[in-house]
Amino acid sequence: MEKLAENKIIEDLLPQKFGKKGQMWVISLLAICALGFYAYCRQLYFGLEVTALRDYVSWGIYISNFVFFVAISLVGSLITAVLRLTNVQWSTPLTRIAEIIAVSAIAFAGLIIIVDMGRPDRFYNLFTHGRLQSPIIWDVIVITTYLVISLLLLYFPLLPDLKIMISFKERNGKWLQKFYELIGSFWKNKPEQFKITNKAINILSITIIPVAFAIHTVTSWLFATTYRPGWDSTNFGAYFISGAFLVGSGAVLIAMYIFRTQYKLEQYITEHHFDKMGKVVVLLALIYLYFNINEFLVPAFKMKKSEEEHLMGLFTGEFSSIFWFAISASMFLPIFILIFKKGRRPKWAFIAGILVVVGSWFKRYLIVTPTLLHPFLPMYDVPKNYLHYFPSWEEWSIAGGSLAGVLLVITFFARIFPIIPIHETIIETDSHEKV
Amino acid sequence: MKSSDNSRREFLATTLLAGATLAGCGGNPFTPEELSDVKPSGEMVKLLSVDGEIIEVDKAFLKPVPELPALSNTEARVGIPGKKFAMVIDLSRCKSVKKCQTACNHMHHIHPGQNWIKVYPMQDSEKTAPYWQPTTCMHCDEPPCVKVCPVDATFKRKDGIVLIDSDRCVGCRFCMAACPYSSRVFNWEEPKIEKEIADKPYSCETSVPQKIGTVGKCDFCPDMVRQGNLPHCVSACPNGVFFFGDILEDAVTNGAETFRFSELIKDKAGYRLMEDLGTKPSVYYLPPVNRNFPFENIEEDKKS
Repeated sequence: MEKLAENKIIEDLLPQKFGKKGQMWVISLLAICALGFYAYCRQLYFGLEVTALRDYVSWGIYISNFVFFVAISLVGSLITAVLRLTNVQWSTPLTRIAEIIAVSAIAFAGLIIIVDMGRPDRFYNLFTHGRLQSPIIWDVIVITTYLVISLLLLYFPLLPDLKIMISFKERNGKWLQKFYELIGSFWKNKPEQFKITNKAINILSITIIPVAFAIHTVTSWLFATTYRPGWDSTNFGAYFISGAFLVGSGAVLIAMYIFRTQYKLEQYITEHHFDKMGKVVVLLALIYLYFNINEFLVPAFKMKKSEEEHLMGLFTGEFSSIFWFAISASMFLPIFILIFKKGRRPKWAFIAGILVVVGSWFKRYLIVTPTLLHPFLPMYDVPKNYLHYFPSWEEWSIAGGSLAGVLLVITFFARIFPIIPIHETIIETDSHEKV
Repeated sequence: MKSSDNSRREFLATTLLAGATLAGCGGNPFTPEELSDVKPSGEMVKLLSVDGEIIEVDKAFLKPVPELPALSNTEARVGIPGKKFAMVIDLSRCKSVKKCQTACNHMHHIHPGQNWIKVYPMQDSEKTAPYWQPTTCMHCDEPPCVKVCPVDATFKRKDGIVLIDSDRCVGCRFCMAACPYSSRVFNWEEPKIEKEIADKPYSCETSVPQKIGTVGKCDFCPDMVRQGNLPHCVSACPNGVFFFGDILEDAVTNGAETFRFSELIKDKAGYRLMEDLGTKPSVYYLPPVNRNFPFENIEEDKKS
């Protein structure tokens, strides 16, 4: 990193008010959320009938969205914990981006699962009548744990930055000032305080790794603990986790590019960072590809009768276009782009990130739906609309609203807090200078 | 739980009272000394006795029989003591008349288009013979649906029956994903039933009324069984395809014929569906050999 004066760093990294573009962005996200909310009100009133879900395809894009959110949230643990514990220096400016993606996505994962419930009014039954033998209860436990740890991992490194922000009273305005003081005025930059938080962050970084593995493994078990072709796989835990790290890193690439260009952070999120993250994504895509080969080649080699219809539907049948799109967009194309040095430049890396995220969303859809259309006993004696699944406008709106909600949380977070850790950046610049 | 019990008792009490008033008998039908108080009305009613004789009884002595047993949710979850229910479905007798389905849909007020019983046209491979396969809930001894339910809304009773408590179900539909026999349906919208049915007090044993946002499935009609009657599908089938009974008594019946369960399974080489999954169903099938009817798929023939 180039030599930067402390004041300049603070000036550059303090949260900024929304410009024209920012306002438009927030308004459009709010509009999408409002439409989703309206659709959900309709669903509450009429029941799940407003969805295209029926007895065979009883889980649809709500559940695939849930899996997508849980997946993308795993990146928090990768960047803040795994890279921190392995002493990777370059990831510092990316930690907060990764952590807010994690917090926001996991919170909406919880919300979307409530949206999928037939009786959300009985949500409390999960606590009053919960049975530990059900993987759903495991998921409830690990997801809330992960949310709490992620919030703490977001909050502790924020404390020194809060002290800096509190000192800019005029800039903050009355309400923000009060809010900063409420959550951070006890922080005095004392060495003991640093000692305690550093220790806490280290402990949390170690704890969050098994919890992160648990959330996505348990999510994969919601499928793998059933008998159905396409889900009945011992590969599922590792397959889900590798895919989760990939989609989360893709999301970080996108966020890096947008924050870099919109907040003029070229000196902080440098080409070097894109180069490093690009390499990480290539590695993760290769690992995910490996598990995909395991997941599809082995059953396809045997072609058991129950698996055959499902696999052929994906390879050459009704889902083949989505299947090959998802495979190429989430793995082949990003690998191809990012393997070249030129491809790891910000713009190309951004495109690769978008491909990864979009491809991964469709991949989650393919994990959930086609299996349900291939039950053991043939689909028979049901109304015609039970035999296919295409989400209704309410489902699209609610799913879209939840995606917009995640982006909105990230956007507002970046408006209120520095998206790149100020204090840590100053320390690192200092230590570089000393070297 | 308490309040629903109370409402059920109240409901019973009012129906009883109404019945008693209709029968021309005042007073509290619950007091035991009531019978001695009854004054013959002089109006006689002709009845058929169990021995097949016609007898005359004074109308005042008639007591209405309650339709529903006063059963708490806890009792309904335990099951009928000392029983282990099973069903035998004889595929050689089935010609897809679907009276079982009609009776089941009618008695349980199932949403139009959905069915708890299905009669599948099966053909295991190209050169093997087609046959009709009626399916109910398999009431597995290792039920995958019960394993995955997060709130104990679907449960296995001591008498072998797997039931759903629609007052507890949260509608996550994990059980539907887990069931390999596709025997579960979901109430996607408010059930289309008459107000009279909708107002009935809910019981896991009757599965009536079905409730929006919850899962439904074949319940082996425990309300009928508790009264000593056969499930609706069994008594509705004109060809005697369904046999129902208690494995501990080693007897199954379709109403007209009764067999020793173990001998029937042994003689006719009975089997269960998807044995390899280890779900241990309570429904047994007798293979479609020496059939009573040729296989004719009228619906398919119409289409082609």
